[in-house]
Amino acid sequence: MEAMIRIKGLAKTFTLHHQHGAVLPVLAGIDLEVVRAECVALHGASGTGKSTLLRSIYANYRTQHGSVEVRHDGRWVDMAHAGPRELLEVRRATMGYVSQFLRVIPRVPALAVVAEPLIAAGVPQAQAEDRARALLARLNIPERLWSLPPATFSGGEQQRVNIARGFITRHPILLLDEPTASLDADNRAVVAELIREARAAGAAIVGIFHDLEVRSCVATRLFPLRRPEAAA
Amino acid sequence: MIGNGYNFAYLDEQTKRMIRRAILKAVAIPGYQVPFGSREMPLPYGWGTGGIQVTAAVIGPQDVLKVIDQGSDDTTNAVNIRRFFRATTGVATTERTVEATLIQTRHRIPETPLGEGQVLIYQVPIPEPLRWLEPSEAETRKMHALEEYGLMHVRLYEDIARHGKIATTYDYPVRVNGRYLMRPSPIPKFDNPKMDRSPALQLFGAGREKRIYAVPPWTTVKSLDFEDHPFEVQRWNEHCAFCGATDSFLDEIVTDDKGGRLFACSDTDYCRGRRETAAAEPQTAPAEQALA
Amino acid sequence: MTTPLLRVEGVSKRYGAHVGCLEIGFDLWPGEVLAVAGESGSGKTTLLNCVAGRLQPDAGCIEFDTRHDGPQDIYAMSEPRRRLLARTDWGYVHQNPRDGLRIGVSAGANVGERLMAVGARHYGRIRGTTCDWMNKVELDPARINDLPATFSGGMQQRLQIARNLVTHPRLMFMDEPTASLDVSVQARLLDLLRGLTRELGLAAIVVTHDLAVARLLAHRLMIMKEGRVVESGLTDQVLDDPQHPYTQLLVSSVLQA
Repeated sequence: MEAMIRIKGLAKTFTLHHQHGAVLPVLAGIDLEVVRAECVALHGASGTGKSTLLRSIYANYRTQHGSVEVRHDGRWVDMAHAGPRELLEVRRATMGYVSQFLRVIPRVPALAVVAEPLIAAGVPQAQAEDRARALLARLNIPERLWSLPPATFSGGEQQRVNIARGFITRHPILLLDEPTASLDADNRAVVAELIREARAAGAAIVGIFHDLEVRSCVATRLFPLRRPEAAA
Repeated sequence: MIGNGYNFAYLDEQTKRMIRRAILKAVAIPGYQVPFGSREMPLPYGWGTGGIQVTAAVIGPQDVLKVIDQGSDDTTNAVNIRRFFRATTGVATTERTVEATLIQTRHRIPETPLGEGQVLIYQVPIPEPLRWLEPSEAETRKMHALEEYGLMHVRLYEDIARHGKIATTYDYPVRVNGRYLMRPSPIPKFDNPKMDRSPALQLFGAGREKRIYAVPPWTTVKSLDFEDHPFEVQRWNEHCAFCGATDSFLDEIVTDDKGGRLFACSDTDYCRGRRETAAAEPQTAPAEQALA
Repeated sequence: MTTPLLRVEGVSKRYGAHVGCLEIGFDLWPGEVLAVAGESGSGKTTLLNCVAGRLQPDAGCIEFDTRHDGPQDIYAMSEPRRRLLARTDWGYVHQNPRDGLRIGVSAGANVGERLMAVGARHYGRIRGTTCDWMNKVELDPARINDLPATFSGGMQQRLQIARNLVTHPRLMFMDEPTASLDVSVQARLLDLLRGLTRELGLAAIVVTHDLAVARLLAHRLMIMKEGRVVESGLTDQVLDDPQHPYTQLLVSSVLQA
């Protein structure tokens, strides 16, 4: 199967300048390759850098050593060193990221929130909105909420809007950070189904799943993370 | 004939040269406002000092001068200015447009079409067409230099938005020679078409604002408008009560305190000329001819 | 697309001994929104005015990819050309809407002025286009003849935006576009700007001291301090993983409501 993510020797350290310059190494010497139709579950104790690794792949976090290559538009792009324009292009067309919490924007209705990434990818608005409706329905968001901004939704509802937004584009690479955290059993099952479908369609997925049931349902392998040797 | 130690036409020769240089520059750049060193004249600003200085600079002993104010030769202003030039130059004066070589005017263009060799000198209060919206002189100069005239159309747009049509009826902005935006002085828009490709030389003087501009003979002068609100001149349903003209600019005159009014040609020379022509034809009396 | 819409290299501007901005460089591509954030005196407004053609820098080069002649140094071109660009292909939104509007003429005249400045001569069509844009910025077109002074601050700001957009500029410069507005009004305006930049594919440079504005509007973010860029990157990079001490200080200082 075609490799989609190639991480080599990745290391990341946080330097907290306003806490006496405390240096926190979080990732060290990470090597990982992910191919199509795989779902790699990152696992390790709290503080071992699972979220950090995910964000580093998405170039949300910066890294100090190594490379994070992703397959985009028939070539490899190193997210750790590419320029802003390329990074934006990769995010737009190839790689999606579902964060733990929905970032709430005032006034924008749920339907628009979900449809937005698809419209940004070039799909006409009407079509994008149709797909958004289908996903919201599947995730059991009541129709009366579709035209409302998610600011007043419950945590679980917000997370489901977040997931819909993440899955609508069918990007070939998906990064999932605790996608089922605030969901009940039924909705967890729906999300697991969505992940499996994406995998079946050839997506390369990297995720953090604290719910072991979901993890056993969707993950094809585990990638363990350890705390790096503390620096100081 | 020139008494009291005054130079010919009141201004000293150096001043006349300075004004003539400004006039030459103005003629070379039609519609462009040329700054000049406006002098103290024996009448206050607002009474035509700019026009008088231009006339004084170009008038020669052989000229025949006509002075009108609102089309009439016999208002106080016209009489005074004419007398001023008679006293300081001794040139012949006339009330007949066809006889004049120089015509100084306030707020009207004569109805009788002008010919080559005639010079029309306008008295101008505010020369800058963009002043209504842009108080900065530096900025309006830049706008003229860069041909940024959108703002003038904004003014006309506002008229239409507010009144349903372009409400400006005098001092109507024009584009000279396809380039400079110009204020023709407070002549009625009725007169604007007369400026277009006139055989006469048209000079404009603003004394208080210290600007001279010019429209050389045969230059295009186009009034601004919109495609769907084209430029139109005023029309009357009435005719002149004295000469019967239907094609001249009419003044409305209140005759009594019961609402009686009549309309008469604003251009007194034109009106008299028509009456004289009609009187020369023996059969019909003027009044009957007017009603025919 | 191989050339950036705007290329800025080594731009510096001093005010006597005081540094306005120093050695600033970046590329901006079509459709990208770049926020320039910093506190008072950081040089962000100086930089904005330099790249917007309003303030000639002492050093450096600013190239704009013109529609017909390719990339051009904006200070090497003639002033008439630069002014024409500023009226057509660029927009500039002032912090105080009164600085960006003609207070003495109606809303419709404000929005239509740029059209008339580039030769529009059909009153009916100008009105039609103006009404369309007023709708787009959520202003009631029935108020087209009203004077700007009769509009609220937020409405004036939206009017200013419409005034700039009628000529379909590809690049907008915004100087703290929401800073003079009440908080509730800010949200609406930011939402409008966000929607319009996406819908119209506008590139924009937005100067702000408010990181939340950057988060909402911008793809990229530059942090300035004392005339220099101390950090730059994607907005989420700079805000979620600040590297420079000053950026870390700024980010940690933002109050969470």
